[in-house]
Amino acid sequence: MGLLTNLKDSVSRVTDRLFADDEPKRIGIYGPPNAGKTTLANRIARDWTGDAVGPESHIPHETRRARRKEDVTIERNGKTVTIDIVDTPGVTTKVDYKEFLDHDMEKGDAVKRSREATEGVAEAMHWLREDVDGVVYVLDSATDPFTQVNTMLIGIIESQDLPVLIFANKVDLDDADVKRISDAFPQHETVPLSALEGDNMNEVYEKIAEYFG
Amino acid sequence: MPEATTPNDDGVRIDLISGARMEGLTSMEKIRLILDSVRDGDIVVLEAGLSPEEESKLIEVTMTEISPDDFSGIEIESYPSNRQPDQGLVGRLLGKEEAKKLTVIGPANQIETLHKDEDLISALVSRK
Repeated sequence: MGLLTNLKDSVSRVTDRLFADDEPKRIGIYGPPNAGKTTLANRIARDWTGDAVGPESHIPHETRRARRKEDVTIERNGKTVTIDIVDTPGVTTKVDYKEFLDHDMEKGDAVKRSREATEGVAEAMHWLREDVDGVVYVLDSATDPFTQVNTMLIGIIESQDLPVLIFANKVDLDDADVKRISDAFPQHETVPLSALEGDNMNEVYEKIAEYFG
Repeated sequence: MPEATTPNDDGVRIDLISGARMEGLTSMEKIRLILDSVRDGDIVVLEAGLSPEEESKLIEVTMTEISPDDFSGIEIESYPSNRQPDQGLVGRLLGKEEAKKLTVIGPANQIETLHKDEDLISALVSRK
């Protein structure tokens, strides 16, 4: 039964992709909170469409709803790829409103933010299972990548057979360590960048065109 | 864990659940079993862990149950997956299942991971 179900799912996924070649691929930008997902989404959207995707902030869970920027056409080395960028809330297994009180927030606002954050994480997980065709996984190069959320999410992405690129963001920080990230996930290609400063965006676009084109 | 009893409130209860026991449950039954225990302040240790899809659903259901001053979520730790990216359809057809992995789950406000690497998880468990 399991074998047949797996076979059916895999064949269905392959045929869906074959027949959906003309449609823009939905590329989900995933990662833990504060990795710079929205900064990256905004950088890509501004570079190729002139518009931003959403507001950026150093306070965790600024993005509490998945936001889609449609028809972003990227051209690199003669390859053109049109994608929908889906900027998703940072994934976590816990949300405590008290963390927001440290950011000068009133209790009412902190509780509201935490409630919205939990809904956003649940929504992000749903998108990952149902509605994305590929994943850009964003990590902060200055923090330990060896966390359970990263391990679980990469495992979930692999189990869905989705193409994935790992982006080691924030290389402009003094304590950035890209090797630590590539060592943590050696089975996937890691691309260093600073979405904030625009560092290494040429390689970012080359890899997006190569992986999702 | 209906057949077990809680002797007193001084300690932290740990449920070590065998792979055989989990095998007969549906995904939602597994998630309910875990979250009911964790919401009672217990630590759950799964001999065989969860599948990636079940982990995804566990995160989703956990998020829907978080409420201020009551439940702030879960701490979960397991060893990294050994699944190779090229396994795909052929690998699964040949029966190469993902390696089972010991998994520890507890209330976020009671369990703190001190250290984790490929083959060691060290955690600090506190009472409520």
